[in-house]
Amino acid sequence: MMSAGVVIGPDELEQLVKALLARGYRALGPVVRDGAIILGEVEGTAELPKGWQDNQAPGSYSLNQTGSHNLFDWAVGPQSVKAEVFPPRSTIWTAKPPGYVVEEVPDEAAPVAVIGARPCDLAGLDVLGRALVNGSAADPTFQRRSGGAFLVVAECTHPANTCFCVSMGTGPGASHGFDVRLTELPGAGTEDPRYLALAGTRQGRELLDGLPGRPAQPADEAERVNLLARAASRMGRSVDNAGLPELLARNLSNPRWDDVAERCLACGNCTAVCPTCFCANFEDTTDLQGTVRRQRTWASCSDLAHSYVHGGPVRSSIKSRYRQWATHKFSWWWDQFGTSGCIGCGRCITWCPAGIDITEEIAALRASDGAASTTKGAGER
Amino acid sequence: MTLADPRLAASTHGPFTPSVFHVVGRAQEAPDVVTLALESAEGRPLPFKPGQFNMLTAFGVGEVPISISSRPGHGPLMHTIREVGAVTRALCRAALGSPLGVRGPFGTDWGLDDFAQSDAVVVAGGIGLAPLRGAVQALLDRAGLPMGPRRVVVLVGARTPDQLIFKRDLEDWSRRGQVAVTVDMAEEGWEGNVGVVTHLVDQAAFDPNRAMALVCGPEVMMRFAIQALIERGVLPTSIRLRVSLERNMQCGTGLCGHCQLGPYILCKSGPVVTYPQASRLLTEAEL
Repeated sequence: MMSAGVVIGPDELEQLVKALLARGYRALGPVVRDGAIILGEVEGTAELPKGWQDNQAPGSYSLNQTGSHNLFDWAVGPQSVKAEVFPPRSTIWTAKPPGYVVEEVPDEAAPVAVIGARPCDLAGLDVLGRALVNGSAADPTFQRRSGGAFLVVAECTHPANTCFCVSMGTGPGASHGFDVRLTELPGAGTEDPRYLALAGTRQGRELLDGLPGRPAQPADEAERVNLLARAASRMGRSVDNAGLPELLARNLSNPRWDDVAERCLACGNCTAVCPTCFCANFEDTTDLQGTVRRQRTWASCSDLAHSYVHGGPVRSSIKSRYRQWATHKFSWWWDQFGTSGCIGCGRCITWCPAGIDITEEIAALRASDGAASTTKGAGER
Repeated sequence: MTLADPRLAASTHGPFTPSVFHVVGRAQEAPDVVTLALESAEGRPLPFKPGQFNMLTAFGVGEVPISISSRPGHGPLMHTIREVGAVTRALCRAALGSPLGVRGPFGTDWGLDDFAQSDAVVVAGGIGLAPLRGAVQALLDRAGLPMGPRRVVVLVGARTPDQLIFKRDLEDWSRRGQVAVTVDMAEEGWEGNVGVVTHLVDQAAFDPNRAMALVCGPEVMMRFAIQALIERGVLPTSIRLRVSLERNMQCGTGLCGHCQLGPYILCKSGPVVTYPQASRLLTEAEL
């Protein structure tokens, strides 16, 4: 469904957002709030983070204004698209006493259009979808919301120090999974940028066809390729994925887990910002009339209660909980869903209050591969 | 009761929405263990296989995974529940006629079709006998038939005589097969075995070359029972040695992530797994 690209300016981008709003979408885009770029409701491009850059490092995030007219000179904020398709809290059903006839609470949120999702966010949606739609069951909210979403991806030309999407194969460019792909071709100084726009779906094509813009020239595509190549070369981090699932599976007793456990606070930030963490709790509340409300809320394997069975939690040590998160992402995820659970966005590094860097932990495990005998024999006591 | 058409149980509900069942029978098995018999409020039977579990809701308290302790196609759906927390306490105290939410069945079963001409060895510890009850009944019914086991050996351990569940079943089974019971701590009047269930494995009469073992109980008990079975000569292969594992489960459909166990999402790949699947998971602490 790919068509030839068009080059549009800021005015046409504004029209694109308005056209999506006119079609009944709730438009979400990057906005600056409380010192961070987050996903917020937008009515046009005026709210987008013009001239803002982000500075990310382990345990550190800040913004600075450069005065440029570019809208996408930043990498990723703490929020991914996850919260839109997998709400942090939702009510599944209610039931009234005494008979407790169970009534489902349908998800009625308007379809969402995301302006400026990143290629890693698209990869995150794909990975999340493999977890939430499996062979025997599917999360109805995720299916409805992800199926109905309109995704305008902005390719990444300003990766952060914490990014490693190149090594995970998820960026900085996007080849599929979007309705419209934008590449911001920056203006010099305070000149307006232009956008190389490409449709990825029929709906995207219809939208772009309604906008004035000149057909893309080979020079525009060449500029895009250069921008992405420069972004890829400025990637701050990387993960060596060669044999990694097996390496982690045989290093469950590696002393490095003790080392990281000394630093990990088990706060759950890494799981909250992760675009692919899908764990959820199901909890009941009862109001004064006795009506039962079953809610689903995000859960974290960092929590002691996550592994609770009668008698106590299975993973009582922080070491075992960090190990669960890391081995699930980079090893068991392959067994369960046929892909890595990590998309290389680096959010878990930036938003870890202790600055724990998963790429550093993996490198250390690799360097000390086999430091402890891990595969105990059958029936060993 | 005829075997239900599986389509009858197909629900129009989303995967997280229970159907209402009513308590039609309850039996106190032990001071803190109750068996509930349940019938669908909509008259819809719930087809299942021994070893599978349901998610049970005590309305207003919460939902927990409970294995099915009845036998498919024979009377009402039964669950045997030990009171260990708020939800199980509410379930254990559910009065006759009260509504409960049921979702399921979920997970793998014991795979009883593989038992032709075998010596079926069932090893259970404590409440671990509950998911094995339907399997033992089905195996005993088939014993001696061409497609059934040659013999059935049931080895049961409990902490105290008081904690022993399904006492009437055990008596019935002992007339039809080999049953041995042991307790960790005897009480006055107990004249049976005292000690861990491992010793029963050593003494039981079965041919290790024909043995097919089903094991369920606390993880430490399963480790030692499996060790004893292997030392008796039972081959530690996927067909010959099966165990039922437990983890936190909140959805039953592989979507909530709580039952991660290494490469497995246990509500789907389990609870019944083969020994080769389980061996490493049983020995790695806090996995």
